[in-house]
Amino acid sequence: MSDSPVLDVEGLAVTIGTRRGPARAVAGVDWSVQAGQTLALVGESGSGKSMSVLAATGLAPRTARVTGRVRLLGTDLTEVSPERRRRLRGRHVGFVFQDPMTSLNPVLTVGRQVSEAGEEHLGLTRRAARARAVELLDLVGIPSAAQRVDAYPHQFSGGMRQRVVIAMALACEPDLLIADEPTTALDVTTQAQIVELVADLQHRLGTAVVWITHDLGVVAGIADTVAVMYAGRIVEQGPVDAVFAHPAHPYTVALLAARPDPAARGADLVTIPGAPPSPWELPTGCAFFPRCPVRGDARCEHELPPLVPVSGRHQVRTFYPQATDGEDR
Amino acid sequence: MTEYAAVPRQREPAEVVAELDRLNVWFPTRAGVVRAVDGVSLRIRRGETLGLVGESGSGKSTAGLALLRLVDPSAGTVRVAGQDVTRWSRRRLRALRRRVAMVFQDPQASLDPRRTIGASIAEPLIVHRLVDGAAARRQRVAELLDLVGLRRELADRHPHELSGGQRQRVGIARALAGEPDLIVLDEPIASLDLSVQAQIMNLLRRLQRDLGLTYLFIAHDLAAVEHMSDRLAVMYLGRIVETGTPAQIWRRPAHPYTAALLSAIPVADPQVERRRRRIILRGDVPSPVDPPAGCRFRTRCPQARAECAETDPVLVEVDPGHRAACLFAGDAVRAMSVTEPRRAGGSD
Repeated sequence: MSDSPVLDVEGLAVTIGTRRGPARAVAGVDWSVQAGQTLALVGESGSGKSMSVLAATGLAPRTARVTGRVRLLGTDLTEVSPERRRRLRGRHVGFVFQDPMTSLNPVLTVGRQVSEAGEEHLGLTRRAARARAVELLDLVGIPSAAQRVDAYPHQFSGGMRQRVVIAMALACEPDLLIADEPTTALDVTTQAQIVELVADLQHRLGTAVVWITHDLGVVAGIADTVAVMYAGRIVEQGPVDAVFAHPAHPYTVALLAARPDPAARGADLVTIPGAPPSPWELPTGCAFFPRCPVRGDARCEHELPPLVPVSGRHQVRTFYPQATDGEDR
Repeated sequence: MTEYAAVPRQREPAEVVAELDRLNVWFPTRAGVVRAVDGVSLRIRRGETLGLVGESGSGKSTAGLALLRLVDPSAGTVRVAGQDVTRWSRRRLRALRRRVAMVFQDPQASLDPRRTIGASIAEPLIVHRLVDGAAARRQRVAELLDLVGLRRELADRHPHELSGGQRQRVGIARALAGEPDLIVLDEPIASLDLSVQAQIMNLLRRLQRDLGLTYLFIAHDLAAVEHMSDRLAVMYLGRIVETGTPAQIWRRPAHPYTAALLSAIPVADPQVERRRRRIILRGDVPSPVDPPAGCRFRTRCPQARAECAETDPVLVEVDPGHRAACLFAGDAVRAMSVTEPRRAGGSD
């Protein structure tokens, strides 16, 4: 497999027109993901993690203005016609969203929905596509797939529905799988099943995965690289081990410390006071400055810190990188 | 890893504030009778937090609702402050709902969007006739806002003008208004962002310390429940399958379901995650209309044996204060830790 990324995003910005004026949802991000690798985009609500991926794949809302370059397998998606963009996306990108019912049509059998993509993008006959649907449903662990291919979504549990959506997403053997909070609505034992399933399929098929989540535990289990987003920007990114062992941005440090730790029972949890800035009025300086426990200086307030290397591919957007040791968390 | 305190926070065996005794809550549906809660007994003592964990359909929320008589028990007893409230009339229930308050998962849905925050917080004060006159009421609302860390000016705002975390603080202020004996917290942090979850957990613990509150903390997030609770009860398909202190359950789960649940929780440490062996359960939770005979977990239990289909296990003590409803409690979990995790597919 070549080293060129499956998806490469450069200077991506998204501004959404609203009645209150333009909202800056994504303020310029760069990331890329290689075949067989998983990039985790992590952040809290409103950080722009989902919007950056939707915009990159041409799924931003109509009122959004998207700038920047997005290359899918070398083709710049921002320079091709909407129709060609749609075809490239359908053929090469699979999507799994938080709520499986946003992807499933309640009045069609699951087999019909799984085989549809194969018919449209791979030119399979209806009969071949149906056989392929059974194969895919079996692959994602639906018991008695040959019988259940004719069942409707409501006849499946939440976890099983998400498996069906994964089968749909994989129908065209995509080069890239976008998983947007795919386990957030699921129970933890079901989440473990789905995480295991995606990891196993990725291993077998060599798919690149962009996994969007707010759950740092999930990130630790699935990611090769992680990008932490805050107020529309990446504030820290790098190999997952480096970022978790030596978080350098005060926001990442605080997020990692906010989870209850069984080893530190009884202690108060670390909290981040206040709330993220509004996308209608992003500050000129560091967006985390008003909440930052490090309390920087006038530069933090007025000047946007650049992404600077910490070590190797580990980068952080702050004037005051924290020297942290994972053991002390 | 540091050692856990050997004893829970609570100092002496305190009075029982609320109790469920062999409670059944069954709902008739077209598909049959749903046994949401099926033979659950639990006791909550003054000043403690009892954590109730389980996944969707385990019956944990229904058990919580039964304490306020927001669902009607089919069998068994609900006792609050020493009184059997199982068959109290609608009129008397008003008094019960002052004794037991509830905080819901979604503060957006539990607050009336057309009323101001102040009016929502004042409602229990009016219903239970706790203050006389508008001035006293305003004063009490202001105090309640102080308690939960909100600015007093927010009393004039509407729910949509507040953040999710602020709305949940309002939900807590409302629950505190009647000075209840027990607060049932049903997934109080589940819909909040991580940094806000920590704020709310810290607030709940501070209020408990300062005001001597008693909590039933219901959640699916075992790490959060563990952090908040003095004792835990784990539910599966309408039953309590294990109880004990967080330390006992976290370090030495005795029921195979608890062990699987614990092993499924992701830890925010890539090195740990890579080394970990997960117990991946097969299939889905069976229907509560037709739960498996014998042990309810046996259809998904990696350690199920022939006997498990014949005997419905009761909670037995495995350590002082630590009980599990498994015929092979302890042994089954020890056997599981050497079992390879199943690969993807999960189902048969």
